[in-house]
Amino acid sequence: MVSQKEFVCTVCPVGCRLTVSQAEDGEIVVRGNTCKRGARYGRDEFVDPQRTVTSSVWVEGGDLPLVSVRTQGSVSKAKIPEVLQALKRCKVCAPVHVGDVIIPHVAGTDTNVVATRNVRKK
Amino acid sequence: MQYDVVIIGAGVSGAAIARELSRYQLAIAVVEKGSDVASGASKANSAIVHAGYDCDPGTFMARFNVQGNAMMASLCAELQVPYKPIGSMVLAFSPEDEVHLEKLYQQGIQNGVPDMSIQTGDWAREREPHLSPEVQSVLWAPSAAITCPYELTIALCENAAVNGVSILTDFEVRSLQRDKDAWQISAADGRKISASWVINAAGVYADCINALAGGAPFTICPRKGEYMLLDRKEGTVVSTVIFQPPTAMGKGVLVSPTVDGNVFAGPTALDMQDREDTSTTQSGMDALTRCARLSVPDLHLYNVITSFSGIRAVLKEKHDFLIERSGTVENFVNVAGICSPGLSSAPAIALYVRDLLRDGGLPLRERPDFSPHREHTKPFRHMNRKEKAEAIAHNPLYGRIICRCETVTEAEIVAAIHSPVPARSIDAIKRRTRAGMGRCQGGFCSPRVMEILARETGMDLQEVTKFGKGSWMVCGKIKEDGRNGEDQTHA
Amino acid sequence: MRKEWDVIVVGGGPAGLAAALACSERGIPQENIVILERDRQLGGILQQCIHHGFGLHLFGEELTGPEYAQRFIDRVQDSSIVCKTDTMVLEITNQREVVAVNAQDGLMVLSGKAIILAMGCRERTRGALNIPGTRPAGVYTAGCAQRLVNMEGYMPGKEIVILGSGDIGLIMARRLTWEGAKVKLVCELMPYSSGLTRNIVQCLEDNDIPLRFEHTVVQIHGKSRVEGVTIARVDGDRKPIPSTFEYIPCDTLLLSVGLLPENELTEAAGIQMDSRTKGAMVDQHRQCSVEGIFACGNVLHVHDLVDNVSMEAQTAGIAAADYIMQDRKPEGITVSVQNGSGVSYTVPQRIVPGDEDVDIYLRTRGVFKPATLTIQAGDKTLLQKKKSVMTPGEMEKVTLPAEKLQDIAGTITVSVIGG
Repeated sequence: MVSQKEFVCTVCPVGCRLTVSQAEDGEIVVRGNTCKRGARYGRDEFVDPQRTVTSSVWVEGGDLPLVSVRTQGSVSKAKIPEVLQALKRCKVCAPVHVGDVIIPHVAGTDTNVVATRNVRKK
Repeated sequence: MQYDVVIIGAGVSGAAIARELSRYQLAIAVVEKGSDVASGASKANSAIVHAGYDCDPGTFMARFNVQGNAMMASLCAELQVPYKPIGSMVLAFSPEDEVHLEKLYQQGIQNGVPDMSIQTGDWAREREPHLSPEVQSVLWAPSAAITCPYELTIALCENAAVNGVSILTDFEVRSLQRDKDAWQISAADGRKISASWVINAAGVYADCINALAGGAPFTICPRKGEYMLLDRKEGTVVSTVIFQPPTAMGKGVLVSPTVDGNVFAGPTALDMQDREDTSTTQSGMDALTRCARLSVPDLHLYNVITSFSGIRAVLKEKHDFLIERSGTVENFVNVAGICSPGLSSAPAIALYVRDLLRDGGLPLRERPDFSPHREHTKPFRHMNRKEKAEAIAHNPLYGRIICRCETVTEAEIVAAIHSPVPARSIDAIKRRTRAGMGRCQGGFCSPRVMEILARETGMDLQEVTKFGKGSWMVCGKIKEDGRNGEDQTHA
Repeated sequence: MRKEWDVIVVGGGPAGLAAALACSERGIPQENIVILERDRQLGGILQQCIHHGFGLHLFGEELTGPEYAQRFIDRVQDSSIVCKTDTMVLEITNQREVVAVNAQDGLMVLSGKAIILAMGCRERTRGALNIPGTRPAGVYTAGCAQRLVNMEGYMPGKEIVILGSGDIGLIMARRLTWEGAKVKLVCELMPYSSGLTRNIVQCLEDNDIPLRFEHTVVQIHGKSRVEGVTIARVDGDRKPIPSTFEYIPCDTLLLSVGLLPENELTEAAGIQMDSRTKGAMVDQHRQCSVEGIFACGNVLHVHDLVDNVSMEAQTAGIAAADYIMQDRKPEGITVSVQNGSGVSYTVPQRIVPGDEDVDIYLRTRGVFKPATLTIQAGDKTLLQKKKSVMTPGEMEKVTLPAEKLQDIAGTITVSVIGG
């Protein structure tokens, strides 16, 4: 066995305690799950946990000072600091609409940061 | 600046003296260490206008309490401060307590308290159905009343200000020097003023101010009292002020309605070293719960919306107020040891101090333009439908409710910010308008109150404080360090 | 502003929006429906909940709060439903009169054939918890901090302790960390969290924020601004253990210690309340004890999923429409729903038996793993359901078929036991 990690499954409220291990041949084994979704979750958390990042960025000339944003899909957990850094530097001009791309391919991922609300021009 | 009279301390005593002296052609300043008036004991006490039976006969306490009680209704009317003459009961649970009631009754007679009577427990329970079945008899004093101590103090200061008195806040007196025929007064921040007369109404710091001036020493012992305030849902549980038999430390724990329709239990009494330690304690809360339930067993203490404590300034040397012209330094008047019944006594203390000044040679010529009335618009929550409609038609900001729990409008908050003693902090606005005093305790409205205060005064949100220096509310903007040289994206 | 309305909806959050739309879909003319919202915009508290995780049940995708709200706002704004924002309701009477104010229309006295209460909830405060100590700046409810950060863009502090592991507190722990603050720890009085496991993992564990179960804040320190808190472990009776007191320096204390339905208007209207939910007593159509007044969403009971709020609002909206159009059968017998062991509350609290199955929502008292839910009428078991786990944090739903409700007199009892 090369490595082993433990997780609490978050797929449903049961909260199964998962033990995920990887053998030397690369095979990943999930134990402790009680459903297929749990197995997939455990595997993902072990290999490359994915997260959605939500935040808000400043808006110039809007009826609100901020627009809330999200990564459209999820990004690798390891990429979060870079995503946050990119959001920090970002500023948009009103108007903004739900779904507008605020930062394309954020932090070199294949995910866009998009607006999650409308901000009208002041 | 050269004043005739400088009053140190904008608590209820200092405020009442300032307002009384503002009738005369004098240059007057009130200097206050806090960022707002009424920021010491006057913002956290029992709010009772006592009848005056529990003061030792012959004391200043007895004299000024009874006299002040008689003045309070008309004073509150002039200043548009809430006042409810609801009467008080002292409960007796045992024969020993009943002996005590009799003593209080006799004392009251000597002190000149009107209309008292001793009544049976059943009589009391008929008026107060939630009273304990253990109550054997009560001392009933119909002249006791309730008011709002900080509102009264603020109103006195506002009325004084309108009549020409300067109110200097954040003015912490650091030195008091008598040069020739004037006092030189310096503040911690470097401001300097002078005055012919100084009145020391500095509350828990009165002994320190007296020492700065070089007066004959006395000592103030800070005594903490903790309170629990209950939701308006509990507001009908009692309709009069309910006292327990007094203890050596004070009048005992009482349960009383407030003028705003809440009900409270308090105070505890704990002698302190620290003059500013207004922290509440678990033991205090537990003691209050226990004591309050003796009087009113079914008080629902889970409906507590906040707890707080105040520090009473108790004179060590004798159980009385110390109000006199200093015998050792010139033109210096101590108004010290103003613990309970200080609120009740304040109007009478002000008259007495005026007489001390007159007797000391200060010429008092009445101002022809003195106005005893405070301009104060009725709170929106007390208006009827027609008045509300008219208020909004007159000023649309009345149509915007900022504090949901207490129904406080933007118009009232703006008015408080621009009032004669302007509110410059969240707590100052709260005390003037009740915004944030309700059951959500500012959870919804404090961001909006902050926004209005910043807008009206031109300060940044980061400069807004809860109650002055150091009590900041927010510490910067999000993503702040990235706001320079940002990538501009056009959406 | 016109006076007479078919439906007056009090509150323009997720519940009010969905209820108004349901009324319209059921046949009430849109222009006869008015939504009164106290905030400057529709959407309620969702507008400040910028994190994702909303709408999985209703839309099959995980939306952020503003996105979820916008789906309903768009539909309302595309309709002729009248919306009054920045409008505060001051009073509701049992004659279905609503007194409201705003800056443009002044004081309005409206009357509705039906009223839908959708005022939402508020947070429990420091005062309600009675935490001893000083009273400095820097004690915020999690939702208040959320508004400051997400709506105004200001940081409430730099070094933060959070009391309570409710979802808003967990979400704010991550949000503030991502904005550069140091969240020192989260204390939870109970041995379990009232928040979702996913939030514990993604908000706390991902950011190395410790979560201490069976801990509470016993004192707040600091004269002007919070300077620290004393925390302590609690014993089995939830009383702090003095030997475990520990001082944690911080400049901010966030409270995430529960939500309370905002029912001051409801109570003032003389509507019968349930002391367990802190909301109105309702039947399965969400009708209150005063005829023609309905309640839904967090004002009725605090939900953990907004999807359930929207669905409950739809139930109330349809029922309000039917009530106006006289489509509802007059109430005959009603069955009262009692809590048995292991159940802290149910909604509805009473059932008017009819042709339709009835969904009963409930929360358990404690964690049951596995759990068996039973509904009984006297000795007769009407329904039994097994689940691998039931926790107080997750609202349970059980459907009682209409035929089971025939011939039931008096009461049914819902209980949950382990095993």
